[in-house]
Amino acid sequence: MSEQETVTIEVDGRAVEAVKGEMVIAATDRAGIHIPRFCYHKHLPIAANCRMCLVDVEKAPKPMPACATAVADGMKITTDSQRAIAAQRGVMEFLLINHPLDCPICDQGGECELQDLALGFGRGVSRFTEGKRSVEDEDLGPLVATEMTRCIHCTRCVRFLDTVAGKKELGGMFRGERTEIKTYVGEGIRSELSGNVIDLCPVGALTNKPFRFRARSWEMLSFPAVSPHDGVGSNMELHTLRDRIMRVVPRENEAINQTWLADRDRYGIEGLYSEDRLERPMIKEGGQWREVPWEIALRRAAESLRGVASHFGPEALGALLAPTATLEELYLAGQLVRGLGSGNVDHRLREGDTSDQAEAPPFPYMGQRIEELADKDAVLLVGAYTRHEQPMINHRLRQATNSGAAVMTLNPRRFEWNFEPVLEHAVAPGRMVAELAAVACALAKGGKGKGADLPDGVEALAAKSETAQRIAERLKVAERPAVLAGNMAAGHPEAATLRALGTLVAELAGGPFGVLAEAANTAGGWLAGAVPHRLAGGAEAPLSGLSAREMVERGLRGYLLLNVEPEADLWNPAAARQALSNADSVVAITVYAGDALKESADVLLPMGGFGETAGTFVNSEGRWQSFRGVTSPLGEARPGWKILRALGTVLELEGFELDNAEEVYRIVAAACEGVAPGSRYPFHKGAASAGSASGGTELAGAVPIYSGDPLVRRSQPLQHAAIAGQAEAVAAAETAGRIGATDGGMVRLEAEGGAVELPLRIDEAIPADTIWVPAALRERVDLGPPFGRLTVTAV
Amino acid sequence: MTATTSADQVLTAELRSRIDHWLAKFPDTPEGRQSTVIPALHAVQDANGGYLERRHVEAVADYIGMARATAFEVATFYSMFDLDHPVGRHKVNICTNICCWLNGAEDLVRYAEEKLGVGLGETTGDGRVTLVREEECLAACTGAPMMIVDGHYHTNLTRERIDEILDALQ
Repeated sequence: MSEQETVTIEVDGRAVEAVKGEMVIAATDRAGIHIPRFCYHKHLPIAANCRMCLVDVEKAPKPMPACATAVADGMKITTDSQRAIAAQRGVMEFLLINHPLDCPICDQGGECELQDLALGFGRGVSRFTEGKRSVEDEDLGPLVATEMTRCIHCTRCVRFLDTVAGKKELGGMFRGERTEIKTYVGEGIRSELSGNVIDLCPVGALTNKPFRFRARSWEMLSFPAVSPHDGVGSNMELHTLRDRIMRVVPRENEAINQTWLADRDRYGIEGLYSEDRLERPMIKEGGQWREVPWEIALRRAAESLRGVASHFGPEALGALLAPTATLEELYLAGQLVRGLGSGNVDHRLREGDTSDQAEAPPFPYMGQRIEELADKDAVLLVGAYTRHEQPMINHRLRQATNSGAAVMTLNPRRFEWNFEPVLEHAVAPGRMVAELAAVACALAKGGKGKGADLPDGVEALAAKSETAQRIAERLKVAERPAVLAGNMAAGHPEAATLRALGTLVAELAGGPFGVLAEAANTAGGWLAGAVPHRLAGGAEAPLSGLSAREMVERGLRGYLLLNVEPEADLWNPAAARQALSNADSVVAITVYAGDALKESADVLLPMGGFGETAGTFVNSEGRWQSFRGVTSPLGEARPGWKILRALGTVLELEGFELDNAEEVYRIVAAACEGVAPGSRYPFHKGAASAGSASGGTELAGAVPIYSGDPLVRRSQPLQHAAIAGQAEAVAAAETAGRIGATDGGMVRLEAEGGAVELPLRIDEAIPADTIWVPAALRERVDLGPPFGRLTVTAV
Repeated sequence: MTATTSADQVLTAELRSRIDHWLAKFPDTPEGRQSTVIPALHAVQDANGGYLERRHVEAVADYIGMARATAFEVATFYSMFDLDHPVGRHKVNICTNICCWLNGAEDLVRYAEEKLGVGLGETTGDGRVTLVREEECLAACTGAPMMIVDGHYHTNLTRERIDEILDALQ
């Protein structure tokens, strides 16, 4: 505000500083003067259609809407004069004419803006004797419940979907008193941010569908929390009742998620109390699972781990750790395995290529703050579908495009964006390296004067590509460019080369390179030492172990799993299943006991789920966010860090005499002191490029939006959402024609790992000679990694 | 996942050229193109026996390049668009706004309803006449009460004039 011109207005006799040109309501909100409103929202365009915010402006002939009246120097405003109050009362009477008196059965009751303001401005008795309007409800899908008779037509939901979510899926149909907010065609809402219309709706017209009739707002307690899904770390509040989490609402943080939440963050919680939640420790004896007390389970787990280490050597033992685990859990798990003499610790479960790890920065860093993305004027996304990978990052990119930024993509397919990318370069995955190298070459040739010479070997990799040339030209003229690598880049078999070339392109363009973390604590895992080559804080590990991919593909004799589901969470699920079933011993500390896990594990230790554990997540910006456990772990489950502490103690390892999670935090924080974020991945000559010279068919795939972690996979409302992943093979018409497959027909896909049969869908978004199969789904486990070579036949 | 455009299947070449004619009159910006929606919907409605089906509205929105929801807002807002339900061979819009109302429009509406045996918004059983739902000011207040029949203005109405005009409709 300091740099902008300010004016002084007078509100109710009080001097208020305002930014020139802003609306009265923005200034009064900042000054803490309350003006009633329904349609106004600071992050939405102004509609001025509810008229609730009418105030008295000196010399104005009639009351003025505070949300649509710009401030002027010396303006005198009264919010509580007789005229203002009379106007507000009049508006309220009209709003209540058609509003049903069903507050006792309305989910919004107790947190309803209309109810609150009716208390202040409404009449006790209605003068309206005519019939009230009623409106037929539309089914908007599994997330948002409708009761449109309650709607007061503020159009916040319409404006949100149009201007923030990027697609106007709702509209105000018909007119006057008969106006109805609906899609009209009845196809529901597809936005990944749809749940926000619930918070925006000032009445009970749009409410949280899964939460419906679960609790009253005044019965619940509210606790701050951090989302456990993507690498954004959206801030939220958990609402609890009788030691159960009832719902999630956003907690405002302008620097991260503003006032919004992605549906994944809001509804992921619906998976918390799923039927396969593990409540008691279990051990497998003679192929049968048996519930046992904690002491027995811990002793058995310790014996298993110790047994593998002493029989086969400590290097036969490995730990696969969920990147959604807390910093504290990841640190202790690493310490435990290292204490047993093994260096095989990793949380990079879905990464295909970690060959650059020795020179990698301390943690995957997005190269800038989330807020800064909105100011970019050109962004190249490499292997990233941010809309589904990190919806709140995508939201900032959308904001940037609104101000004219050019977003370009280099992906193994085209996607459905909620903004117009100026260019979508979709190439078979094996060509991504060559195309990115071509961008680097084109940038270097043009010479932006940044003085960075092209390292040896880049030119040899580069393809001849006009599109790459165009990307380079757009980056060249940008003043604030950025290059971001996403989840698909991380899962790519040549991820290290992509990161190095991404670094190079960003340097040549004169902007930051960034890596977008896939999971809530991908960054935290690096800092906590949950990588095979580094200890907490990035210190070199005395004995460097295997990466997650290597642990799975080589096959170890014993595994420690921390909230990992082998068939869905790992890069190569086919190899993971094989490795775990071949292992002598698998100890799983887990929130859920899924069938696949029960098949392969020997000991199951029940761990507290989301909201049940204190801990810390580090997001893509390197922001540390700690939170408390807000409910008790279900049944006999215990917070993960306590289980690891107990296991360490039973194993008589050093450094496990800890009183609380804060102590673990302090150890990691001390180790990380002075760690500076970075995102430079150096390029080395001889970097591999598989290319696609052989002309075969390539497999490509990404983790669907609601399949990323065990919690979200169990959220039934999300699984039923229109954008949830479906097991299918997708190809362009020409590719399908070559195979002889038709739209909707079955195809047989054979990859290294095995073969699966899936229905084929024709979509021109997929590049030639590529078959797109969503990753992390049970039906495609046998295919192995998300990318690779493939033979396809029509069935 | 790419949006399939129904525009090519639903809109004939002639309709598309008529929409292009209107597109040329407005600036080639999203807002400018959006301004074409009313004449475009009229063209499609005229070619479809006087009413619009959902696919038509969607096709027009896709062709112009605007949000489908906005096109539906337009198609549901204006009384001169009939959405989803087939209409009769003739459309009769009787104004009921203030000047016409003060000059007896309510009585004339009731008279027309009785005469045709249908209410506002309904079509006679023989498919001859649709009495268009509640109609607001049609900008001929000097000749109130008035109505529009198939795009033609009829002013200074009386019961006799209504008999004469409606009886002449085939």
